[in-house]
Amino acid sequence: MTEIFGVPTQALFGQLLIGLINGAFYALLSLGLAVIFGLLNIINFAHGAQYMMGAFCAWLLLEYWGVGYWWSLLLAPIAVGVTGVVIERTMLSRLYKLDHLYGLLLTFGIALIFQGLFTQHYGSSGQPYRLPTEFSGGYNLGFMFLPKYRAWVIVASLVVCLSTWYVIERTKLGSYLRAATENPSLVQAFGINVPRMITLTYGFGVGLAALAGVMAAPIYQVSPQMGANLIIVVFAVVVIGGMGSILGAILTGFGLGVIEGLTKVFYPEASNTVIFVIMVLVLLVKPAGMFGRER
Amino acid sequence: MNAFKRTTVGLAVAAALSLSMAHAQVSDNVIKIGVLNDMSGLYADLSGPGSTLAAKMAVEDSGIEKRGYKVEIVSADHQNKADIGSAIARQWYDADKVDVIVDVPNSGVALAINAITKEKGKAFLGSGPASSDLTGKACSPNTVHWTYDTWMLANGTGSAVVKTGGDTWFFITADYAFGHALERDTAAVVTKSGGKVLGDVKVPLNTQDFSSFLLQAQASKAKIVGLANAGGDTINSIKGAAEFGIVKGGQNLAGLLVFVTDVNSLGLPTAQGLVLTETFYWDLNDQTRAFAKRFAPQYKGIHPTMIHAGVYSSVLHYLKAVEALKSDDGTKVVAKMKEMPTDDPLFGKGTIRADGRKIHPAYLFEVKKPSESKGPWDYYKVRATIPADQAFRPMKDGGCPLVK
Amino acid sequence: MTPGAAPRGGIWVATGVMTAALAIAPFVGVYPVFLMKALCFALFACAFNLLVGFGGLLSFGHAMFLGTAGYVCAHAAKIWGWPPELAILAGTLAATLLGVVAGALAIRRQGIYFAMITLALAQMMFFFYVQAPFTHGEDGIQAVPRGMLFGLLDLSETLIMYYVVLTIFVAAFLFICRIVNSPFGQVLQAIRENEPRAISLGYDAERYKLLAFVLSAALSGLAGSTKAIVFQLASLTDVHWTMSGEVVLMVLLGGMGTIFGPVVGAFAIIGLENYLSGFGQWVTVITGGIFVVCVLAFRRGIVGELGAWWAQRK
Repeated sequence: MTEIFGVPTQALFGQLLIGLINGAFYALLSLGLAVIFGLLNIINFAHGAQYMMGAFCAWLLLEYWGVGYWWSLLLAPIAVGVTGVVIERTMLSRLYKLDHLYGLLLTFGIALIFQGLFTQHYGSSGQPYRLPTEFSGGYNLGFMFLPKYRAWVIVASLVVCLSTWYVIERTKLGSYLRAATENPSLVQAFGINVPRMITLTYGFGVGLAALAGVMAAPIYQVSPQMGANLIIVVFAVVVIGGMGSILGAILTGFGLGVIEGLTKVFYPEASNTVIFVIMVLVLLVKPAGMFGRER
Repeated sequence: MNAFKRTTVGLAVAAALSLSMAHAQVSDNVIKIGVLNDMSGLYADLSGPGSTLAAKMAVEDSGIEKRGYKVEIVSADHQNKADIGSAIARQWYDADKVDVIVDVPNSGVALAINAITKEKGKAFLGSGPASSDLTGKACSPNTVHWTYDTWMLANGTGSAVVKTGGDTWFFITADYAFGHALERDTAAVVTKSGGKVLGDVKVPLNTQDFSSFLLQAQASKAKIVGLANAGGDTINSIKGAAEFGIVKGGQNLAGLLVFVTDVNSLGLPTAQGLVLTETFYWDLNDQTRAFAKRFAPQYKGIHPTMIHAGVYSSVLHYLKAVEALKSDDGTKVVAKMKEMPTDDPLFGKGTIRADGRKIHPAYLFEVKKPSESKGPWDYYKVRATIPADQAFRPMKDGGCPLVK
Repeated sequence: MTPGAAPRGGIWVATGVMTAALAIAPFVGVYPVFLMKALCFALFACAFNLLVGFGGLLSFGHAMFLGTAGYVCAHAAKIWGWPPELAILAGTLAATLLGVVAGALAIRRQGIYFAMITLALAQMMFFFYVQAPFTHGEDGIQAVPRGMLFGLLDLSETLIMYYVVLTIFVAAFLFICRIVNSPFGQVLQAIRENEPRAISLGYDAERYKLLAFVLSAALSGLAGSTKAIVFQLASLTDVHWTMSGEVVLMVLLGGMGTIFGPVVGAFAIIGLENYLSGFGQWVTVITGGIFVVCVLAFRRGIVGELGAWWAQRK
């Protein structure tokens, strides 16, 4: 068997694939964050909490109303998205003219509130979400055993990411959105309700976080803390990709998943830190991130 | 200043004397118990408010208040931060007249409390912490380490699993002091019992996805995958193992620190077949069942963990010692506690060693299959009982300066 | 952010009142250990405010200076057996050196990118402290001896320790006041307001920013060292990123860019933490609520809003 640095290539393939799957989560989450930052100029630190709420929402739907996984994929993002809309209308909308810092602090506070409330109600050790029966089992790829659900995660995330990118960068609706961030009053003059569009955009970004949460529910524990540490990693992904760049967030998400996966093989202790090393290097060499442009 | 202090102390003593001649030695006439643990984070379910409840039940059951003593219980959240924990402890001892601190999960915080308690001459009954240093290098005449420790977990699970044929191991270890200690102790036991350690991987704390590490464990072809981690990390590694077919592929998981609340949150379909060591399970005998039946309805249905049981039993024994001594002087009470044999409904008869280690049996449990479980919280079956004299580290190996 | 500070005379009077109040506080029933903790954090917050309030540089990794100093100080006092004054000095020096390196890297970028570089560097330091054996991982360096200050003062006496901490705090506080009102401080604030303009006036903005960064790191280190001696421990808590967040909260709540704001903010947060510790799970919710209310209702912080109200009344 051939080896690379003492690791059999076969095993390395498996690790790369795992990295790509984790990257799918990073991509979904950082996509939402990038959309919100690109169009609202708000650094949404509540993203991790909203991811957690998506997972909890799926669990609640199943536990109390017997609503299954597929409906949850639709309903949970809508429900969490609605809470996002309320937050945007009542709080965030007052901050657009201020420094980024205030949006970050506000959403950080909101994240703490949600996390605390969920811990208070559902305990800290978390709840199990059963894997939908359609997904039990997996594929034997020869070099590894790939659970069906992980394969689904990668496909679904790619579809969502690419369609979001397409809508924003290639359609008329997207061009309105982009125009509204450049020059809101002009777009308003064309008869488009800019504040409503911004509100819905925030709702959509939050919905993406919740969607990632629903997708995570069957494989990770649904617990109030599940998003707490993820947020700074995802945020680092967005910064590396270039803040506000949709494509940058997607590509960096997948790319960093792979790099993290490789670190888990060669120097596992550092697998949580490697992202930050990369972030420092990127920011020092390319200040606006890999795909961003300087504002 | 000193004169001032002496006068106040004098006044307080006089006041205490006049109030109650019967137990003049009990400071300010109240035995004050401080429950210090994680009320809001990772360990909130397995200790948290449940430990306060357990302490209250112990006070009730001791009947001490009927005999004229006043007992008061306070509780606080250390948020798993040693500086917050030690600030609370100092305030409790100096200003709030707390006589004894109980529970304290999180070894880092517990080691800090251990030092402060010794300095202030009070008493510390550790039910929550894992570090075996508390009865080793850092042992103190004011501390009793009650429920479990890393050595016992490693020894219980390690030797029992090797005996039943699990002789090759791969460790997935949380990359911090607690994980390292667990791995080191377990590996030693495994090798001593004739097994072999094939490899290990050190994983950063709070990693969400364990699949990469599980693949490495799979590739090692070890019969047993030892999980030297705790809380959410253990839960996510077990979930991943079920998903990636580790157990179906013929490997077995050994959880080195798993609580019954973790099993509950995993659900039996995922957790089945897991072997683990604990010193208490609510369904061991009639007395433990009776305790759980009183406990659970007052705690959101959560059944008592070994930490809750340890708080109950340690407080019960503490109160007995106070009554026997007619004093709540920390150093003296702990000495008395060590002198008296222990006896309570949850852990049965036992002793406390000179190094502060409480001695009782430990149990190797296996998590039931869903078909074997008769209802909620019916999770474990006993695979083996480790007798009290073998469950914990021999006193001479601990390096405790008190017993030299 | 509110411009500058109150008139100088007012500051001396207010500092005197504050010092006097703190000096008698232990005798009117305020628990000295609580006060020492609050003072350490107040110093940390003041150091942070020097950078963000007067330099306009928001660091999201200041915990690395607090924690590094704590570890070095604790190690020096416990393992090398150094007296407390040298241990504190060693910790402060370590934080200063780290400040030079981190600052040189970070000040090349602005705004959110600056914050991100400091965050990333702090995460790397956190990783280092998890790995380095001398820190004992999450157990921390425990039972650090307080020792005899200058061989004379027995710090294990709570009250003596308290007055030493108070002295350190007041000295550092006056030093910060001095910096802010010095020509250096004025230039720094000019750079905060309009960097290109300051550069066109011939000021080397980078050097000013670096110096501010290093000073802030050094003072944070002083806070971290003192804290390690007071609590006799150094732990991972102090290098974790949530600590960097906590100091932002203190400064924001008290009033960014005001002299007394960070002190008020630190006392308020530590007081809440202390008072709320019995409320268990509600602590997180309440902290979050404070953030939200602060950002929505009074962005200038307690001291900033009071100052504005006072100015309006006149």
